[in-house]
Amino acid sequence: MNDIKIKNLWKEYGDNIVLENINLDVKAGEFVTLVGASGCGKTTFLKMLLGTEQPTRGELLLNGKPIANEPGADRGIVFQKYSVFSHLNVVENVMLGEELKESPLLGRCFGKKRQAIRERAIALLEKVGLDHALTKYPSELSGGMQQRLAIAQALIKQPQILLLDEPFGALDPGIRSDMHELILDIWRETNITIFMITHDLSEGFSLGTQLLVFDKQRHDPDQPNRYGASITYDIPVGRSKKQINKDFQETLMTQQAINND
Amino acid sequence: MKRLINQRPGTLGKCLLGLLPFVVIGIVYFYFSSERLAINPNDKLMPSMQSFIDAVSYLAFEPNKRTGDYVLWADTAASLQRLALGVGISALTGLIIGILVGIIPLIRAGIAPVITIISLVPPLAILPILFIIFGLGELSKVMLIVLGITPFLIRDVQLRVMALPHEIIIKAQTLGANSWQLILRVVLPQVLPKLIDAVRLSLGSAWLFLIAAEAISATEGLGYRIFLVRRYMSMDIILPYVVWITLLAFLMDYLLRRLSKGVFPWHANEQGESK
Repeated sequence: MNDIKIKNLWKEYGDNIVLENINLDVKAGEFVTLVGASGCGKTTFLKMLLGTEQPTRGELLLNGKPIANEPGADRGIVFQKYSVFSHLNVVENVMLGEELKESPLLGRCFGKKRQAIRERAIALLEKVGLDHALTKYPSELSGGMQQRLAIAQALIKQPQILLLDEPFGALDPGIRSDMHELILDIWRETNITIFMITHDLSEGFSLGTQLLVFDKQRHDPDQPNRYGASITYDIPVGRSKKQINKDFQETLMTQQAINND
Repeated sequence: MKRLINQRPGTLGKCLLGLLPFVVIGIVYFYFSSERLAINPNDKLMPSMQSFIDAVSYLAFEPNKRTGDYVLWADTAASLQRLALGVGISALTGLIIGILVGIIPLIRAGIAPVITIISLVPPLAILPILFIIFGLGELSKVMLIVLGITPFLIRDVQLRVMALPHEIIIKAQTLGANSWQLILRVVLPQVLPKLIDAVRLSLGSAWLFLIAAEAISATEGLGYRIFLVRRYMSMDIILPYVVWITLLAFLMDYLLRRLSKGVFPWHANEQGESK
């Protein structure tokens, strides 16, 4: 159930090949982290899972069926920025998902129904540590609090997959580690499948159970867009020994340093 | 002594500095007015304060002998009604069409070119057509305002909708919103305060079209009165009317700003943040 299977997936924009020949299996409940240099197709890959981009060739299957070609309630998302609605306060932001389901015409609930949704929303906000700021607007929250809110907002729909696009990239280191604990807690509790893009290699190793490294295997200096990136490493970090991880991490980091030079 | 660029006025200083130009304008006006009146007491170009007071109290506080109306208030009511109707209809149309064009690509492809062309037609050039189609009554004046500012409002709302962060549109979809719910719960509330800003900007044009229409065909109204008494060179009426129109325009702008702040507190916050 909820397994993701990807077969011979290609993504091209005209002559520009972004991703080539991606093959991947992800079991339900994995915490997948995606790392790689900028511009190597991590975000494009996430967008295909989200449904805002479609593969050019190949198959992208969720539970054995092609994934929907537009965003839907089964796949939640948290962006780096603008993930929450600035015109709604904290608790309304979380309630929105349920209100939309309960009230197709107005997208807004009243009375007992509203109260029930509100209580669920507050319970979720307690979990992410935002229950003290229920009536605040997002513009009054710090960056970390906004991301907590965005996570709670996505969770109320109980999605099968949670997509995180560099969710902690703009946060201070201290707050970032709080957020790591939060996301791990949520992942353990809900057994949701998480895909997280990160620039921070150590984050990718410490959080994930499956680490995907995106890189171009072939380079044509005259035509940089001739070859796309693929998944060069698919590492079951959660299940291998700590030491191997560490060695591997160091290798990758030196490689990255060389690439950056 | 601080640098000039770092010296800021206090609250009182701000008020005084703001009032200063008005005082200067007043002094200059009344100086030249008294000079002219000393030479020719019947001069009509720059009336004295006394003539203004007489003219205003005659129009505002004495009923007209023929109609029994208080002219200034009747004019104000007539003009404001036309303006409110025109701006109200335009705002509603601009909001609905602007949102649809902004968020639904199929509608955008169909309608956007037409709106661009229509917005390029000078509204005053088609005023005769309006008079022919809608007659010389209220409808043609309201329609002139509507035709004059609706294209601007549609295009402004459309651009505001298209400028919404793509993330929130996608996020709403992952929360299960269909197109209608997305418009109702996300796009509409996000755009409403921006519509108020756009309406504030379009009020100047709305007044222009109103006065133009009233000047050509009306039996009452602020613009009508100004153009009527122009025949007698009654500067003692024209100038107070201009001041009154300016004051009304200022009040509307102020009220709309207050409305935006009161109803959409999050919007003011957001703007403060981006500054």
